[in-house]
Amino acid sequence: MSGDHHGSSAISERVRHVEALLEARGLVDEGEIDRSIDDFLAGGSPVNGARITARAWVDPGFRDRLLADANAAIRELGLSMAGGLQEQRLKVVANTEDEHNVVVCTLCSCYPIALLGPSPSWYKSEAYRSRVVRDPRGVLAEFGLELPAGTRISVWDASAESRYMVVPRRPEGTDGRPEEALAALVTRNGLIGTAAV
Amino acid sequence: MSRINDVGGMVGFPAIAEEPDEPAFHADWEAHVLALNAALIRRGVYNLDEFRDAIERMEPAAYLSSSYYEKWFTAITTLLVEKGVATPEELAVPGTDPGG
Repeated sequence: MSGDHHGSSAISERVRHVEALLEARGLVDEGEIDRSIDDFLAGGSPVNGARITARAWVDPGFRDRLLADANAAIRELGLSMAGGLQEQRLKVVANTEDEHNVVVCTLCSCYPIALLGPSPSWYKSEAYRSRVVRDPRGVLAEFGLELPAGTRISVWDASAESRYMVVPRRPEGTDGRPEEALAALVTRNGLIGTAAV
Repeated sequence: MSRINDVGGMVGFPAIAEEPDEPAFHADWEAHVLALNAALIRRGVYNLDEFRDAIERMEPAAYLSSSYYEKWFTAITTLLVEKGVATPEELAVPGTDPGG
């Protein structure tokens, strides 16, 4: 299934064959392929989502702007959702004492790669995509996140044009910590909503 | 009418498996599939919506038995044939079945 990896040499050979054919026809060149892979690996990281989160924790004005218009707000930090094949609309949702948010793409794998890095296989798996919308509380418990029965859970389903990111709750006892130290507390799963911080 | 990719709410899938310290790609060919797709879209051979559609209209049993980047490769080769860039015979490794 989608979360699996079939590492057979047969597909490796087929991909090499098609790539060579396309090179021979002038549709791709080897340098372009290598650059594209390097750009993808360098292009996004959960460090970016963590910076956004830490800023939202320390700056209520930024938090308001982020929740109102995330595409504009992240440009204040030099970040953008326009680095891929098309600009994506970003909506950022913030966890509170009463509400927890979690992100999925039920149809495929839409994900804010610029802010979170390459997506984990479980995010792309049919298991996660099918189940988190039906039983979010149960799925979050499998990730080790047991939410109080009174906490409302909102599940955000990404699409081809729209991406979502979660701002986790700021941990207790972190008053006065510098922004960089706060950012270091934020995990990728926290930004998806499958973990607390 | 939903297609096989529309799995939201479907029952019967297994528990979610997390892989600690997972790499971005599990094999070189996966990275090459990603880069080939980006190159073909940049060249205008097909667009991103056509690519998604080519994944989503995979035959259901093949969709469910393919890994993530295997689906991408299926979509790429489907579109290369449909756009007249190459025939199934040309896309197959010599000596293998073009349908495979």
